[in-house]
Amino acid sequence: MAITPPQFLLHHDGDNVAVAMTDLQPGTLHGRSVKEGTESDAVLNHAIPLGHKFALADLAEGDAIIKYGIKVGLASAAIKKGDYIHTHNMRSYRWEASRA
Amino acid sequence: MGSKPRLMGYRRENGTMGIRNHVIILPLDDLSNAAAEAVAKVIPGTMALPHAFGRLQFGEDLQLTFDTLIGTGVNANVAAVVVIGIEPKWTQRVADGIAKTGKPVAAFSIEGKGDLQVIQEASRVAAMFLQDASGLVRTEAEMGDMIMSIKCGESDTTSGLGSCPTTSQAVDRWVDAGGTVFFGETSELTGGEHLIAERCIDAATRDLFQLTYDNYIKVIEATGANLLGSQPTQGNIAGGLTTIEEKALGNIAKTGSVPVVGVLKPAEMPSASKPGLYFMDSSSAAAECVTLMAAGGAVIHLFPTGQGNVIGNPIVPVLKLTANIKTAKSMTEHIDLDVSGLLRYEYDLTKAGDMMMDVIYDTVNGRLCKAEVMGHREFTFTKLYISA
Repeated sequence: MAITPPQFLLHHDGDNVAVAMTDLQPGTLHGRSVKEGTESDAVLNHAIPLGHKFALADLAEGDAIIKYGIKVGLASAAIKKGDYIHTHNMRSYRWEASRA
Repeated sequence: MGSKPRLMGYRRENGTMGIRNHVIILPLDDLSNAAAEAVAKVIPGTMALPHAFGRLQFGEDLQLTFDTLIGTGVNANVAAVVVIGIEPKWTQRVADGIAKTGKPVAAFSIEGKGDLQVIQEASRVAAMFLQDASGLVRTEAEMGDMIMSIKCGESDTTSGLGSCPTTSQAVDRWVDAGGTVFFGETSELTGGEHLIAERCIDAATRDLFQLTYDNYIKVIEATGANLLGSQPTQGNIAGGLTTIEEKALGNIAKTGSVPVVGVLKPAEMPSASKPGLYFMDSSSAAAECVTLMAAGGAVIHLFPTGQGNVIGNPIVPVLKLTANIKTAKSMTEHIDLDVSGLLRYEYDLTKAGDMMMDVIYDTVNGRLCKAEVMGHREFTFTKLYISA
């Protein structure tokens, strides 16, 4: 399998977040979806460490964050495409009290 | 890679198959830890299992302690058991529960004798048990003879992408070969519990799963607490996981694709006549969960980790795998299998599954896993409520 190691992965096509596969610097990155194998480029606005997430779409406060093709949380603030996503701008929708 | 070698294990008196041959010194209660640990020092080669509870518990909470103690003694990785308690009645109750399997077991109580006399008497029996156990030989085993358990810990986003899908490969192969697998971590299904419900084999199993899940979550939600830092843990958050739902989907990614054939109470043993994938109601705390699954009969455990959990168990080999390259490189003494190459597309999931099975086969046949080598023997009880 001669595939260049992807800089980011998303689980399914259509997910609106991607995961960094190395410590990443801002810029244009190359990645792929695990399920469908679709290759794509995406822009990252912030430096983020291995395993952390960034947005693949603009999100308004309250919008669903989709990973594995399933809602895994809500944007707790407006998020721009390429922004770092973590506890500062994303929260659980099931456990209302669980937020930074 | 991945072709099945001959598997060899210890067939116990009741027909179960173990992959280790421990003689354990099992304290009934916290007060008996000192005597149990002394016996294990007098007779090296036996192993004491100290723990923190066993006094003034009552009702379901007491029953779970008995089930945990008896299940640990009954586990097929154990050849013989010396039980030591402060008083004779509960001590005998645990010994009798273990003796039903036909396994050698002896009970000693401390009141009226003192530690020193008990240590002397128990050591004589422990010496005999150890010598007899050393004479047992491994015989041919099948995956269908053995129970595997799975539970991940200090997960991060690489868990759901790499180490959990690799574990899934092993779960499907184990069950397809006629074996039984436990998964649990009740609260850690939140956001994906419908995926498990859909996989339940029939309506009765689905209803019991849903009831079990709902009851556990009710207790957590009734606190109204902010769980960020607890579930997900601080380690999960450091690894990039943000919400319980995100963590849950990674957790569920390790459960394979086979149906859920049953729902077990904590530490409950499944019916030997119904192999397959079982959900066990349990905490998501690593040592609690693995202790309960061992008491339910698991003889080998797969533990996917992201940030690097180091847990082991006294009687069950706990195999660690990770897809996080940093963890694989910085914690080599704890990690049995590095599948980070999966995320670099150096090999595919089937190959990662083959690599996992090779480590499982070696471990079944007696090669120590990293947690055993490092002396990780976490034996941790689940308390349902306060003691009287």
